[in-house]
Parts: sequence; C-alpha cells; structure tokens
Amino acid sequence: MSQPSNELMIEARGVEKWYPNGFQALRGASLTVRRGEVVVIMGPSGSGKSTFIRTFNALEDFQKGSITVDGIVLSDDLRNIDAVRREVGMVFQQFNLFPHLSVLDNLTLAPVLVRKRPKAEVEQQAWALLERVGIAEQAGKFPGQLSGGQQQRVAIARALCMEPRILLFDEPTSALDPEMVREVLEVMQNLAADDITMVVVTHEVKFARHVAHRVVLMAEGEVVEEAEPEVFFTNPSHQRTRRFLDQIL
Amino acid sequence: MNSLLRRLRAELFATRTDTVLSLALITMLSLGAFGVLRWALTQAQWTVVKVNSTLFAVGRYPVEQQWRLWLLTALLVAASGATWGLLRAHPRPDRTGVLWPRNDRLAVGLLGLIALAVPWALELSLAIASRWWGLAVLLVLCRWLAGRFGPGLSPTGRRLAALVWPLLYLVGMVLISGGLGLVSVSPSEWGGLMLTLLASSFAILLCFPIGVLLALGRRSDLPLLRWGSVLYIEFIRGAPLITLLFLGQNILGFLLPGGLAPDRVWRAAWVLTFFAAAYLAEAVRSGLAAVPRGQLEAARSLGLSYPKALQHVVLPQALRVALPAMVGQFISLLQDTTLLSLIGLLELLGTARTVMANPAFLGRNGEVYLTLAVLFWGCCAALGLGSRALERRLDPHAVPSAT
Ligand SMILES: Nc1ncnc2c1ncn2[C@@H]1O[C@H](COP(=O)(O)OP(=O)(O)OP(=O)(O)O)[C@@H](O)[C@H]1O
Ligand SMILES: [Mg+2]
Repeated sequence: MSQPSNELMIEARGVEKWYPNGFQALRGASLTVRRGEVVVIMGPSGSGKSTFIRTFNALEDFQKGSITVDGIVLSDDLRNIDAVRREVGMVFQQFNLFPHLSVLDNLTLAPVLVRKRPKAEVEQQAWALLERVGIAEQAGKFPGQLSGGQQQRVAIARALCMEPRILLFDEPTSALDPEMVREVLEVMQNLAADDITMVVVTHEVKFARHVAHRVVLMAEGEVVEEAEPEVFFTNPSHQRTRRFLDQIL
Repeated sequence: MNSLLRRLRAELFATRTDTVLSLALITMLSLGAFGVLRWALTQAQWTVVKVNSTLFAVGRYPVEQQWRLWLLTALLVAASGATWGLLRAHPRPDRTGVLWPRNDRLAVGLLGLIALAVPWALELSLAIASRWWGLAVLLVLCRWLAGRFGPGLSPTGRRLAALVWPLLYLVGMVLISGGLGLVSVSPSEWGGLMLTLLASSFAILLCFPIGVLLALGRRSDLPLLRWGSVLYIEFIRGAPLITLLFLGQNILGFLLPGGLAPDRVWRAAWVLTFFAAAYLAEAVRSGLAAVPRGQLEAARSLGLSYPKALQHVVLPQALRVALPAMVGQFISLLQDTTLLSLIGLLELLGTARTVMANPAFLGRNGEVYLTLAVLFWGCCAALGLGSRALERRLDPHAVPSAT
C-alpha cells in the first residue's frame, strides 16, 4: 500500500447544508484527506454520506463552512467549480453510463470535449484503461448490453480517463449482485495501490479493513469518528460507532 | 408460400374467437374497399383531377417559370437518393452494412411503379411524363452512386454532405420566390401541394429549435424564464389555431411598420411555427423527464459545462424518447395547414375549393376530396416511415452486439 503524502487534497471544515425543503443534511461535517490517501466513509442510511461527498465536486452546494479541493476554494465562482470538476472524478451507485454512446465513446466524450485532446490519442488511452479494468473486448458495445459489474468498471474507467487527482465513490457496489461486487472491488483495490486519492462511501467492511488508510463514521450530518481501520473496527472511541458496527458486523 | 399460409393461420385463425373476429373484419374491410374501388372505377369522373393536376401541384405559379420548380424537385430527389445511399453505406459502426436490404428494394419498386402509373393515370403529356421517369431514374442513380462511393468519404466529408440539406432549403427559397437574377414570383401566386409542403416544412424546421428552447426554459432555474415559457405554452395551447391564424393576419400588420410586415403567406407560416412550437415543447418536455437525473450529474462531474452536457448527453436521449410524439406533432401540423384555406390561401384544400366552385366541375367533390386524402396520406406515411427508420437507427439497444 502506498503511503499518503502530507499534501492536503480535500479540506472540509464545518460544512452545513440545508436542502431547499429546509431539511439540514449536514451539521458541521469536517474531513481532511491527504494526497494518495484512501478514506472510507461509513454510516447509517440518511446520515448525509452522499450529500457530503457530493459537495466535494460541487454537485451539491452548501451554506456554511468551507471546502478546499486540491488548493481550489469551492465558492459560488463558476470557474472554480469547473476547475474542481476536472480534477475530481466520481463513480455513482447507479453507474450513470451514457446509454446512447458506446463504451469507448463514454470514455472519450469528456476528455475530448473538456480537455480538448485529440480524439485518436484519447481513444488509445481509453483502450488501455478498459484493458486495465478487464473489459477491453466490450469497447464497441452499448452500456445496456453489459452486466452491472461490467458497467461499473466502465464507469470507473470513464472517470479515470479524465486523469483526475481525486476519485469519489458513492456506494459503487450497492446496486450489484453479490457475485459482481468482487470484480469491482478488485479494480478499486488496484487503483488504491496507485497514487490516486480516493474517498469511498461503502458498506464493504473487508474493503475498508484492507484497503483504506482511514475509516470515517458519519451520523446525523456529522463526522463522528475518524480512525485507522484496525482501530475503527476493533476499538472505536465513540459509543455511536460501536452501535453502528454492532448492526453491520 | 407455405410458411406464409402457416403464419396467416397462426395469427388470424388460431382459436375459434380469433377466426370469427378475423372473418368479420376481413368481410367488412373488403366490402368497404370494394365499395370505394367500384365507385372510383365506375362512377367517378376523374377529368376534374386530370385537367387540374397542375393547379393541385403548384397553384397559379406562372407557367413559364415552372421549370424552376422542376429543377428544385430534381435537386430534392437527387439529395434524397444520395442521403439514402449514404445512410446505407454508413451503418452504425456495430452493424454490418447491407447496401440493398429487402425493404429498400421494395421501396424502389414502389417508387418506380408510382413514376409509371401516375403520369399514365393523369394522362400527362409525354414531355411531362418523361420528367417523372427522369426523376425516378435520378433517385435510384444517386442512391447507387452514394452507396458505391460513400464509404470512401472521410468523416469531415460526411459532415459536409449533411450541409447539402440546409443549403438546398435556401436554394429552394430562391428558386420558388425568385431573386438573384430570377424573376420574382410573389407568394400570392404560390399554391397547391407546393404551398402545403412549403408552409409545413418551414414550420417543422423552425418550430423544432423553438420548441426545444421552450422545453428547456420550462425546466429552468430562472423564474422569469420558467414562467415566460409556461405562459407562452399554455396560452398557445389554449387557443384554437384558426383564431391564431386570423389574429396573425390582423395583428402582425399592425405591429410591424408597413414595409416590414411579412406577406400573408409568411405571416401564416410564422403563426403555424409558433403554434407548433408550443406543442413540440410539451413533447420534448416529456422526453427530458424520461432522462434520469444521474445523467446530467455524471456529465457535470466529468467537467462538461451545462450546455455541453445538454447537447451531448441529455438532449440526444430526450429527443430519442420524444421522437414518436414529435413526429405525431409534425403530422398534425401538416394536416393543420388545411386551415390556411380559411384565411384565403390556396394551399391544397383552398385550391380544391376553387376547383369545386367552378361550375364545370359541379358535383365532383368526391373525386377531389379522395385525391386530397391520398395526397395527405402519402405525405404523412412518408413522415412516419422516416421517423421509424430514424428511431431504429438511434436505438442503441436494438442493435446486435459487436462481438
Ligand atoms: N434532494 C433532497 N431534498 C431533501 N432532502 C434530501 C435530499 N436528498 C437527501 N435528502 C435527505 O438528506 C439526508 C441525507 O441524505 P444522503 O443521501 O446524503 O444520505 P446517505 O448517508 O447517503 O444515505 P444512504 O446510505 O441511504 O445513501 C437524508 O435524510 C435524506 O432524506
Ligand atoms: Mg447515499
């Protein structure tokens, strides 16, 4: 496992968010992630995990607190938001592949349109990425023709094709049949061995134990516990964490 | 033949109820068809259509300028043939390209038959009939050429080839109305099928972008834009087209200073456009609603700007879903052009009414209306066929896999 450096990639301080209907989903959540680090976020349903990581690439706005991503302060400035999104990739629970584009075009769309790179060059990179996640032979197919596990691996490759410095995962295996979970987790584990920074919302305890540098527990819109995996699972310092672990282990 | 019989039997006469229903329906249909045919062949007097065929086609367009319309038709036919061939030569990357599938052979046969039968039925002069044959040959020739040499075309070349259509529309405008050295023919002399097609194609082409913008406006975060779109859509949809047409004739003249007020034909075409746009917006809106939120989020998280995400991710999917509804709108738009006759324009129905008002053709209404129905049916069938082909082409799940 590569060791994280001291450089801060994500720094969220006291983030508070209200949804338009007045519901407060985040109540002062804070988290720092260093370069190369793999952080797993766990927590009960509705605790604000998705909301929290979606603020990191400005898919959700927030009203109080501050977030800095790769040195860029997230504010209402649209240029900052675009810059952050180029640096941060995201993998969704429902894959969200573009169904009208072939697998290869799913990968090349953004690099060509956003980074303005030549199509031929991006395609070469896309082939290499598909090779890496083990589905190069499906490049010409459409997403609807792939299994869930294959689709999620394409989604990971699509995010990687933008060469992001940070990858966010929001329950990447929750929508998958059990036998497909492993193939996706393996791909993620391989990624973690690289230099890339990862924030992963997941309930996969084995992944958290063996791959994460740090595990975080969220509850009621706050970060309650933050510890190394060993400590988190065997000797957590908060009552809330123990109760949560009792439920899932 | 045997398999056809077996299929008929499986589909029509599988159970006793099926058999009874099928027999009843077949009897009724053949009685109806037989009645119409008998009337058309024995009682009807088709001179009214034969004598007035030019009137039905182009209205009172000056005879000595009609070569311009023939030229335009030839250009359109050539472009259609070439497009057809190109589409066959460039199938989706994952489908094997068959240059002459069975449906295409059937279509060519049918078109050839029409080119032979119509001049004969209308007793057209040999000079005119040979033009029909020429058009049919031109179509097949262009289709063949494009199928033969199209595959050698680079992607840029193909994109340029698509530009032929907008260009052709402009050329067509000049050919019809004059200018650039051609004698000008004022819109009041346009008529018949030509005016119907002109007004409806104008409205279809322009209502599309307006409708998409309205649909997007209706979903916008900006309250002013949203309420503006809603107000517009609901106002237009709440008023009958005929009142809007009359309103357009009267108000546009008042609103614009004399020189700028467009001609009556154009006023009507614009009213049609704005009318159709409101309905199209609703079709597009249902398409937009069918695209999951996650699509926009995925596109945005990859760094695409909002317009780019719309253009490359959301709209292609939304329009694919909305396509059948949109084509339905286009078909009713085509039929709505008959209302132009009520504001005194001589499109197909208007022409028909002037013909029937002629004492020489007293009592020949059945023949005229049947002709009109067949013409409209032909246009709508073409629209429907085109949209079905487009739908198949756009559906990523309908294609066989590459491996
Ligand atoms: N668009 C929204 N409008 C209003 N409330 C919302 C919205 N989205 C989420 N919420 C609420 O905010 C809270 C946090 O939601 P969030 O999706 O972040 O939870 P989560 O921890 O990811 O849960 P899960 O494990 O079920 O995915 C929940 O109570 C949810 O009901
Ligand atoms: Mg969630």
